[in-house]
Amino acid sequence: MPRMGYSFPEEVLEHVFSFIQSDEDRNAISEVCRSWHDIERWSRRRVFVGNCYAISPTMVIRRFPEVRSVKLKGKPHFADFNLVPEGWGGYVAPWISAMASAYPWLEEIRLKRMVITDESLELISKSFKNFKVLVLSSCEGFSTDGLAAIAANCRNLRELDLGESEVEDLSGHWLSRFPDNYTSMVSLNIACLGWEVSFSALERLVGRCPNLRTLRLNRAVPLDKLANLLCRAPQLVELGTGAYSSELRPDVFSNLSGAFSGCKELKSLSGFWDVVPGYLPAVYPICSKLKSLNLSYATIQSPELIKLVSQCQNLQRLWVLDYIEDAGLDALAASCKDLRELRVFPSDPFGQEPNVPLTEQGLVSVSEGCPKLQSVLYFCRQMSNAALMTIARNRPNMTRFRLCIIEPHTPDYLTLQPLDVGFGAIVEHCKDLRRLSLSGLLTDRVFEYIGTHAKKLEMLSVAFAGESDLGLHHILSGCDNLRKLEIRDCPFGDKALLANAAKLETMRSLWMSSCSVSFGACKLLGQKMPGLNVEVIDERGPPDLRPESCPIDKLYVYRTVSGPRFDMPGFVWTMAENPALRLS
Amino acid sequence: MAFDKELNLEATELRLGLPGTKESEKQPTIAIKSNKRALPNFNEESCGSKENSNASHLIQKRDQEIASPAKAQVVGWPPVRSYRKNCLQLKKMEAEAAGMYVKVSMDGAPYLRKIDLKVYKGYPELLKALEEMFKFSAGEYSEREGYNGSEFVPTYEDKDGDWMLVGDVPWDMFLCSCKRLRIMKGSEAKGLGCAV
Repeated sequence: MPRMGYSFPEEVLEHVFSFIQSDEDRNAISEVCRSWHDIERWSRRRVFVGNCYAISPTMVIRRFPEVRSVKLKGKPHFADFNLVPEGWGGYVAPWISAMASAYPWLEEIRLKRMVITDESLELISKSFKNFKVLVLSSCEGFSTDGLAAIAANCRNLRELDLGESEVEDLSGHWLSRFPDNYTSMVSLNIACLGWEVSFSALERLVGRCPNLRTLRLNRAVPLDKLANLLCRAPQLVELGTGAYSSELRPDVFSNLSGAFSGCKELKSLSGFWDVVPGYLPAVYPICSKLKSLNLSYATIQSPELIKLVSQCQNLQRLWVLDYIEDAGLDALAASCKDLRELRVFPSDPFGQEPNVPLTEQGLVSVSEGCPKLQSVLYFCRQMSNAALMTIARNRPNMTRFRLCIIEPHTPDYLTLQPLDVGFGAIVEHCKDLRRLSLSGLLTDRVFEYIGTHAKKLEMLSVAFAGESDLGLHHILSGCDNLRKLEIRDCPFGDKALLANAAKLETMRSLWMSSCSVSFGACKLLGQKMPGLNVEVIDERGPPDLRPESCPIDKLYVYRTVSGPRFDMPGFVWTMAENPALRLS
Repeated sequence: MAFDKELNLEATELRLGLPGTKESEKQPTIAIKSNKRALPNFNEESCGSKENSNASHLIQKRDQEIASPAKAQVVGWPPVRSYRKNCLQLKKMEAEAAGMYVKVSMDGAPYLRKIDLKVYKGYPELLKALEEMFKFSAGEYSEREGYNGSEFVPTYEDKDGDWMLVGDVPWDMFLCSCKRLRIMKGSEAKGLGCAV
């Protein structure tokens, strides 16, 4: 191929490109000209596919032949809350088989909300000689047998992270399949496993991996064994304990305390299931170095939490149950000036009455006291516009704001007004807001504010809100950077959807369930927009057996370059361009 | 934009709610919605014959009446991940199943009682229950002075066989170590932290 006389040789360009890691930048590079496109595609090593059905494995492989790291996401986010029926999809098998032959040098696979089988795990373990990283976040479909294959065959494995996956626990002995001469583990997260793993195998593994930096144990590892593990891995940076309970015994306590003191690098703690408060002081020696603390499974009361948190002056991330109470959040605001992220989970999400004194006040305190706070997930039972406005003014640097007022349609408890102006203040002041979840009583007004101000918003979650299609229209026509929109139980219907059909091609996906979208509108959308897969999910049976104007149950629309998928279960229909392909 | 004018949304408005209900009566219908989707009922004109919509109206009404006192749990709300829900659920079930029955005696009472400690969330609830059960008043608890201003003092026997004052240790620790309760007469209770 003739080169322009005054351009750089390929090798130089390739070298320059190697400094460009972000997908966005690489995509931009590849659009400059033909030769840049070619050089870039041969040198791209990492691929992120945000929706596994947006493109086929063949197409990815064809364009990027030398990939070393793949990240795939499957089911829509609302699958986390059981809104996506079992069997919907997200199967990774076709990707694994395609990559097994095309990418022999693949090193990393990261999956989120996908279904992966033991066969796929075995295929991974045998196909990629230099395999290093396996991250399975909220995945399912596999058992400890698959893990055994990974352990036995992946000689260069560095990271095995099972996230919050559902694993069929057939035997704890899979861990013993790591050969005796295997020493390269850097990060191991088995927190989600329900049953015991072979403890002696675990101990030996931890003992012989000098580079182990992250170890997240599962609940079945008893507290009295923790000290032992810590002594074998004093270099740990991140630790997830097992069950944190045991009879209070001075010897166990002092061993544990000593072991923690020996971990000079420890910056992140999690686990803490079944906490016996008497053992919490064992971690006090390392509190001041902690950057991340996940106590969201720890049922300890506010006084204990306050004692702990007050010593963590360098804390950047805290996940905790609402047992912390407003008082605990006041203490947090006073002690942890470097806090960036706060998540407060509900201890009794299905109770009718508040079980703890945690209100909007706690969040207001933290927004006042923590100047770097940018990411919030907060479950509570009451909120006011005044509080939201205060939070917005305090923290214009907020980038992720997810508020869940537990009871749907809850108004401002002081004025009984909708919370429109409160959330309006959030989007108006927080100009870099990328993610927002709404709750409480909301009219179309709030969506007007969002459409007007939330120009950097990428992901929006809406539930039990709005009054009419105008609400949806505001979002779709106003939010320039919207990528993911998920809606449930809102009176949004056909008009706004069809009027903004083109917008949907600029987004990754749209989810609408228990809304007012008719089957007819879905068909129309599918016909008008060949670049979209319009999936109607309805467990009641084929939608064409009901009148076209009837609302469908669930709608999932996503852009794709590979057409309708072929692995749909009986309760999913894709509204295709060609009527002959539709239904029956 | 002149969106409203062109589309005249009001006329074709699809609202959540029973046919004929006003906008203001929003709340209870939403909760039961997910269970009754089989009978389309948003808009009288759109689906089903007149007979059907009458029947569905009646069924909806009945369900609404049933649903109001005990709110139906909505699928996937509040948005707590299954993993977390299972952990909480497990804890609750373990707690409920196990039960922690301990004997309670009161000085001067002819027979003992048994209570399930797991039922109570903390000391205030436990003390209230004991006071009601035995018809006495424990008075005010303070760390320094124990129970002030009462004839009776709640005590418990711990794992080591020692008699301890109820309220000194954190609740969870108390649950783990309490073997039995004894409501002691004030005169005997001196030396267990009461004001000297």
